[in-house]
Amino acid sequence: MPEHTVKAFDEDITHLRGLIAEMGGLSELAIQESLDAMVRGDETLAAEVVKRDRKIDELHTEVDKLAVRVIALRAPMADDLREVVAALKIAGVVERIGDYSKNIAKRVGKIEGRDRFEPLTLLPAMGDLAAEMVHDVLSAYAARDPLLAKEVIAADDKVDAFYNSIFRNVVSYMVENPATISSAAQLLFVARNLERIGDHATNVAEMVHFAATGTYPPDEDD
Amino acid sequence: MSELIEHSRTPLLLTERKRVSVANNAAREILGEHMLGQDVRVAFRHPDAVALLDQSSSGTATVRGLVRRLDIWQINYKRLDANLGVIELVNQTAEADISRAHTDFVANASHELRTPLASVIGYIETLSDEDADYTPETRGRFFATVLSEARRLQSLISDLMSLSQVEAEKHDRPTGVIRLKELVEGASIDAAGPDRQHRLLIECHEDSTIVGEARQIEQVIRNLVDNALKYSGINETVVVSLDRAPSGDARLRVTDYGEGIAPEHIPHLTRRFYRTDPGRSRASGGTGLGLAIVKHIVERHKGRLDIDSEVGKGTVFTVRFPASEKAVDDVS
Repeated sequence: MPEHTVKAFDEDITHLRGLIAEMGGLSELAIQESLDAMVRGDETLAAEVVKRDRKIDELHTEVDKLAVRVIALRAPMADDLREVVAALKIAGVVERIGDYSKNIAKRVGKIEGRDRFEPLTLLPAMGDLAAEMVHDVLSAYAARDPLLAKEVIAADDKVDAFYNSIFRNVVSYMVENPATISSAAQLLFVARNLERIGDHATNVAEMVHFAATGTYPPDEDD
Repeated sequence: MSELIEHSRTPLLLTERKRVSVANNAAREILGEHMLGQDVRVAFRHPDAVALLDQSSSGTATVRGLVRRLDIWQINYKRLDANLGVIELVNQTAEADISRAHTDFVANASHELRTPLASVIGYIETLSDEDADYTPETRGRFFATVLSEARRLQSLISDLMSLSQVEAEKHDRPTGVIRLKELVEGASIDAAGPDRQHRLLIECHEDSTIVGEARQIEQVIRNLVDNALKYSGINETVVVSLDRAPSGDARLRVTDYGEGIAPEHIPHLTRRFYRTDPGRSRASGGTGLGLAIVKHIVERHKGRLDIDSEVGKGTVFTVRFPASEKAVDDVS
């Protein structure tokens, strides 16, 4: 981006982007660790994920304040305004992604008899896809790369397909093993959370595209 | 100053008041040009890295997912004065990957190897029982089973070998330049063999040049074509086509008109030993590794594998490779 006459504005934007990157890093780690905790049954790790979510919330508040102050003080125009508005929205969505991970972590202790619980093996692959989308969309934000953002949007179909697949698998597992229904129901929520994370990554991707080009990406089938 | 570090193979960055002020060529290559002048957190967003770069002393952190998700880098941070800092990056992905791949391999493979081995042992014990009196037909049937199980073991081992080979080379970018058309035609016919050749329809409209390893690309084509022939009706046609995707990438498609794959299986197809129908797959001699190998090879070549299927209609496997102008660019 070209430099601005008001140097303080550059400082503010850089700081804003730094804060969002930091939030993104935290939420990325939260997805990974909540899944690891879920698969291994590691409640200590899960508790850490829950605890660390507070940091994401704090950063979110900080982004909000800074963005509003920039708008109030500097009245940015055109791409500068887009940048700030996108930052404001993206921070909100990234915060939600953190919440979904926290929710997954909270369910770790509620799975019983995990050694014999086959549906658990279905989750990591879906988690990998969702986490990859979040990773890519944050990289797209850092690089202001609309093409990578589009790729993230395209990947959401795969996460949805996974969700449907896991849903069916878990439901048929419940039918065959009624004793595990309460644990299996928890897994459905975990899968649902991952699916929502994918949707939110898509939302961020659309905003990255918007901030970079001024238009929302068209719906297209390649 | 920046000239001094520009050509180092080790990614190096200078930070000035928590902004990236200089990044050498190696660092720009992995982190992208865009992080110059940005807050260091834009380049290093992992919480451990943020904490390291925020502290008032030098230190080291090992983080996951710096460039690509799940890669592992060691970040060495040296604080020079109140404003200036130096960051050095060391890639440790390969080492970590090797040990993980090793554990996975042993866990998966031992189960799959044990099954055929158990039936070989069982039948041979039965056959060597001196008191039993089997008719020649029964003995013949037993021997046939032993032979087919032994063959299965053999193909399983050769698939496992190529999978571990592919995984070992995952981090080395291929360097050869290959023309796809000839390769696609040759490997498809090869995979079909004389008995099934008449079912193949090869449509290579446009040749493409890609950066890759001929031996591995050949294996991708062989596995896909063999699968398509194996899992569709005995007289169904399989179409192999090569053209260019709108993005300019080389696009290889293998289409069959078999019974299709139910949507719930599609996301899992490239997992090792995943089978939609274990009985049928074993009967047709599948090892459960073919698509896992395809996926690894495609990833190594920076390509993409997509699977589209409709139950009752058939399946299309699409592999895209970046065309060579782009790929060459990437390498340099």
